Amino acid sequence: MSAEQFHHALKVNLEKCYGCTHCMSVCPTEAIRVREGKAIIYEHKCIDCGMCYRVCPVKAIEVEQDDFKSIFNYQRRVILYPSVLTGQFSPEISTLQIIAALKHLGFTDVFEVEHGADYLSQAMQEYMNKNSGNKPYISSFCPAIVRLIQVKFPSLVDNIIQFKPPLDIAAVYYRKRLIDEGVAPEQIGIFYLTPCAAKIAAVKSPVGEDHSSIDGVINLDFIYNRILKVIKSNPGIDTSGIQVPTLRHQSIRWALTNGEVDRFEGRCLAIDEVHNAIEFLEKLENDEIPPVDFIEIRACDESCPGGILNVENRFIAVDRIKKRAKAHKDYLSSNPTENPLMQYKTHLDENCNLKPVQPRSMLIIDKDTNKALSKLERVRELMCYLPGVDCGMCGTPSCRSLAEDIVQKVAKLSDCVFIRTKMQKEKTLGNNLSYEITKKIWGEKCMDKDCHRPGAKHNNHNAKED
Amino acid sequence: MQLEFKVMGGDFANAGYASSEIKKVLKQINIDPKIIKKVVVALYEAEVNICAHAYAGKVSVEITPEKISVEVSDKGPGIPDIELAMQEGFSTASPAVREMGFGAGMGLPNIKKNTDFLDIQSTVGKGTTLKFINYLT
Repeated sequence: MSAEQFHHALKVNLEKCYGCTHCMSVCPTEAIRVREGKAIIYEHKCIDCGMCYRVCPVKAIEVEQDDFKSIFNYQRRVILYPSVLTGQFSPEISTLQIIAALKHLGFTDVFEVEHGADYLSQAMQEYMNKNSGNKPYISSFCPAIVRLIQVKFPSLVDNIIQFKPPLDIAAVYYRKRLIDEGVAPEQIGIFYLTPCAAKIAAVKSPVGEDHSSIDGVINLDFIYNRILKVIKSNPGIDTSGIQVPTLRHQSIRWALTNGEVDRFEGRCLAIDEVHNAIEFLEKLENDEIPPVDFIEIRACDESCPGGILNVENRFIAVDRIKKRAKAHKDYLSSNPTENPLMQYKTHLDENCNLKPVQPRSMLIIDKDTNKALSKLERVRELMCYLPGVDCGMCGTPSCRSLAEDIVQKVAKLSDCVFIRTKMQKEKTLGNNLSYEITKKIWGEKCMDKDCHRPGAKHNNHNAKED
Repeated sequence: MQLEFKVMGGDFANAGYASSEIKKVLKQINIDPKIIKKVVVALYEAEVNICAHAYAGKVSVEITPEKISVEVSDKGPGIPDIELAMQEGFSTASPAVREMGFGAGMGLPNIKKNTDFLDIQSTVGKGTTLKFINYLT
């Protein structure tokens, strides 16, 4: 399987990257190496969780997005926004104002993604009642988790519920609705406002479906400033023609931790943050978990409000979304409204299934079991020599990953700074060669004086700002 | 490949270490996940058995491309009637062990169910040695 098959939303900006180790040491799938002073991402291991983006001190990890102007290629410009968007703004800014601002920015149709959760919560409960698939059922909601299971827990792929997440359901519905209204398919552009990188990867290279129903992705942090500007410069922005979203109040909380679990019967667990997810999935794979019916797992701490493209602090955003859901409940009780998406149930039933998710294990050291075993023996032998301190000075995240890279012939034992020091002392490695190895991993610049480095005396700009 | 692990009686917190390590190896050498699962379940049960019944034990594993052979030996009370112990639901676990969620009498039957070959040798008052094999292809 070639690496080109996987589309990733996270890219390293080589101009900005100065080859530190923050991203490498935090990556949950050990997908990052440092070579010639720059971080490189092993595409077959990356799950687009965005941990690297979070920790980069110079903002060298970038999240791609579609050109905003591309929305104007379509006559009907639909923006599907997630409920987390409404948690980004202070309570004085209403959902209606946010919708009005999105229209002001050029969208003709504005629709909350979680309308899809009204349908999905029913469909998932039916799916589980029918005992389809393997137990415990794992939600397909978080694309980073789906990818994590594919690469690291291939035996669990059949536990993933074969239903598209609310985003795709909302898109399938909206497209059909516009076509039913007589809009030509080529005039419809459906865009998603994303709080994270994994959703971008999911749109650009979907798992379990042939192509995504989304035409483009706009990043939440990009649109945030623009929405704010529109609202600040039009304090009395006209919201009179805008309808309050008609989704159920529980669906507003769908993307929060427990948002799915709260909707289902049986024994359900909610897990958030990617390292927690790995710890749990290890145990689940070993059958060490008491019987559970359904598991909600999200890669970000506090789920989607913790996505890397959010602007507001995740805890504040969660609180606002919960308050909004509560207020919405009161609103619905005095203004009963139907979610129009539910009228398309038959169409959604036909178009919202996922194909079985395929494993793509990154762990296999060689497809030939014989060769793999001798490679592993060699790894264990190498571990006798490596110091086990996981310092990262070899440009790989751990001694173990260096040993594996050596066995795979993409690194050398002398890449280890401890081995190198010893070799120099024993005069089996010349000083010049040792210098060259350091240069190969960390680049020449890391050994030069540079007063503009983060924390150095002329580092007078905040690296987090462009 | 040879691997060895020590297991301490009563140390439920660390039960599962050997099976986790073995799982990592089997995943890396491209073994069918269904076979991996059986091995891991059997080994985990064996680890828990030592924790629940014995004073100390040792897990020795040999992996070849064809099969995985596991020997789990412990110093412990031994099993007086192996045939009885093989029956589902039969348990001699103490109330304390049961309170921790173990001791349902499914250990040995579960090991039997998940392995291709199982041999149990036990001497009352000395200990038990369990050997099992799973074919990897």
